[in-house]
Amino acid sequence: MTETFYEVMRRQGISRRSFLKFCSLTAAALGLGPEFAGKIAHAMENKPRIPILWLHGLECTCCSESFIRSAHPLAKDVILSMVSLDYDDTIMAASGHQAEAIVEEIVEKYKGNYIVAVEGNPPLNEDGMYCIIGGKPFVEQLRYATEHCKAIISWGSCASYGCVQAARPNPTQATPVHKVITDKPIIKVPGCPPIAEVMTAVVTYMLTFERMPELDRQGRPKMFYSQRIHDKCYRRPHFDAGQFVESWDDEGARKGYCLYKMGCKGPTTYNACSTIRWNEGTSFPIQAGHGCIGCSEDGFWDKGSWYARLTDINQFGIESNADAMGGGVAAVVGGAVAAHAAVSAVKRAANKGEE
Amino acid sequence: MTSKAARVHAEPAVYVYEVPVRLWHWVNALAITVLAVTGYFIGSPLPSMPGEAIDNFLMGYIRFAHFAAGYVVAIGFLFRIYWAFMGNEHARQIILPPLFSVEWWKGVMHEVRWYLFLTKEPKKYIGHNPLAQLVMYVVFFWGIVFMIVTGFALYGEGTGMGSWQYEMFSAWVIPLFGQSQDVHTWHHLIMWYIIVFVIIHVYVAVREDIMSRQSIISSMISGWRTFKDTRRIEGDEF
Repeated sequence: MTETFYEVMRRQGISRRSFLKFCSLTAAALGLGPEFAGKIAHAMENKPRIPILWLHGLECTCCSESFIRSAHPLAKDVILSMVSLDYDDTIMAASGHQAEAIVEEIVEKYKGNYIVAVEGNPPLNEDGMYCIIGGKPFVEQLRYATEHCKAIISWGSCASYGCVQAARPNPTQATPVHKVITDKPIIKVPGCPPIAEVMTAVVTYMLTFERMPELDRQGRPKMFYSQRIHDKCYRRPHFDAGQFVESWDDEGARKGYCLYKMGCKGPTTYNACSTIRWNEGTSFPIQAGHGCIGCSEDGFWDKGSWYARLTDINQFGIESNADAMGGGVAAVVGGAVAAHAAVSAVKRAANKGEE
Repeated sequence: MTSKAARVHAEPAVYVYEVPVRLWHWVNALAITVLAVTGYFIGSPLPSMPGEAIDNFLMGYIRFAHFAAGYVVAIGFLFRIYWAFMGNEHARQIILPPLFSVEWWKGVMHEVRWYLFLTKEPKKYIGHNPLAQLVMYVVFFWGIVFMIVTGFALYGEGTGMGSWQYEMFSAWVIPLFGQSQDVHTWHHLIMWYIIVFVIIHVYVAVREDIMSRQSIISSMISGWRTFKDTRRIEGDEF
């Protein structure tokens, strides 16, 4: 099984010209200089491809759905064929015991030299019984498959942070991958789902350079997660000008004003939506008139309404936010001060009387 | 009151707050006011501006004022810590209070009793009374440290990776809190914490000026502490 990517592509009827186009586009997407297009091409022509096991835990398959819609058709074909040759229980041809046997085969054959991509996460409650793959808890498959892997890719917010199944009160104790597997390098590609081009670019980078792209402290590739949606948002001038959508379908909404007051999480969300956009660069949520919900951020389900600027604070069992709470405390203190001043005045008058 | 029967301890006036401390106090007060007002409007912006985006820059000006005032507070704060070591003994009262002194904690309890109307007369101090030191240390000093650290972390998100604000603050503060939105929420909550401090601070300053045995407000303007009676000053001023 020493086929190279290039051979796989040619076998699929992709011309050399298209192949080179893909290489330069990927280099551009990764923020690399033009000379890297040649390097990517060289790597794809010569290096034996690294097998990928694509595991599915508790998830909704939106990451896979996004992945197979990568804008550049080549990326989709290449990566998809590569993945389906190994293991991805959603899209591979094999099923049942035959499918599960592939995992064992890869682990044995490529010990220490394969990548595990995880979509979704393992629930740990009840010994992992909330997610069963091939008759065994998913967490066992995850531990088994990652034991000898080279690196792990955490696809999406589920694998990276927990996402909806880990939202309060998290009855299944769904746990992000990095909290279960602690001894392997992990690259997080958060988002619900992540952008297709980001996913294919990350895979291409790892296969070409045989190492991870540069990561930030939270383990996300810097080239796609180093800026907030807000920093490159095309509605940013309206934010700076102080022009906001005040309610849905008002004059401001029709004029495309900033969605900050409608709870847009662009200012606190690190992702590349405002530059790469979605569906072959067609649009992204803010362009469609809806605020960003912050789907690539940790615990985004638990930060209160997607339509409120201030985060809900539920610790005291009441619906609250920073202003309601702080303002309330300030009012109570103000009242206490007034009462204290009144008592002080009375005391002082009484003391004066005594003198 | 058996006036002036006890020993007369004439102490007409003491120079307590040096020029840098007074200057810092009022500049800081002004900057914190600007920060609280602009900060509130960053969280809950004013009604939309009419006209074209190119003709308006309201949010930009509000954020500029916030960041500029933030720098004033941060630089002033560093200077104030420097002055705690270089200035007179009163300059380090609110930054290095004697937390391990039993005497001092007794002083705190006495002041608490005074505020609860359980004792008739407050003690007399040259500098801050122990309760004031404690509150300023816990609420103000650490509150401002928190606001400077989280403030620069949020500011670093705008200046971006590679900037010193990002590398020194955002890079570790944001993962520590979970995500950017959490840092915003805490920054917002501690603003109210400091507003509550300001309410109490102004109230007790006015009240002490009237009811205690030494000058308070005028001291922060002139630097001199004057006393209303001639009896003994409490031990030392801690």
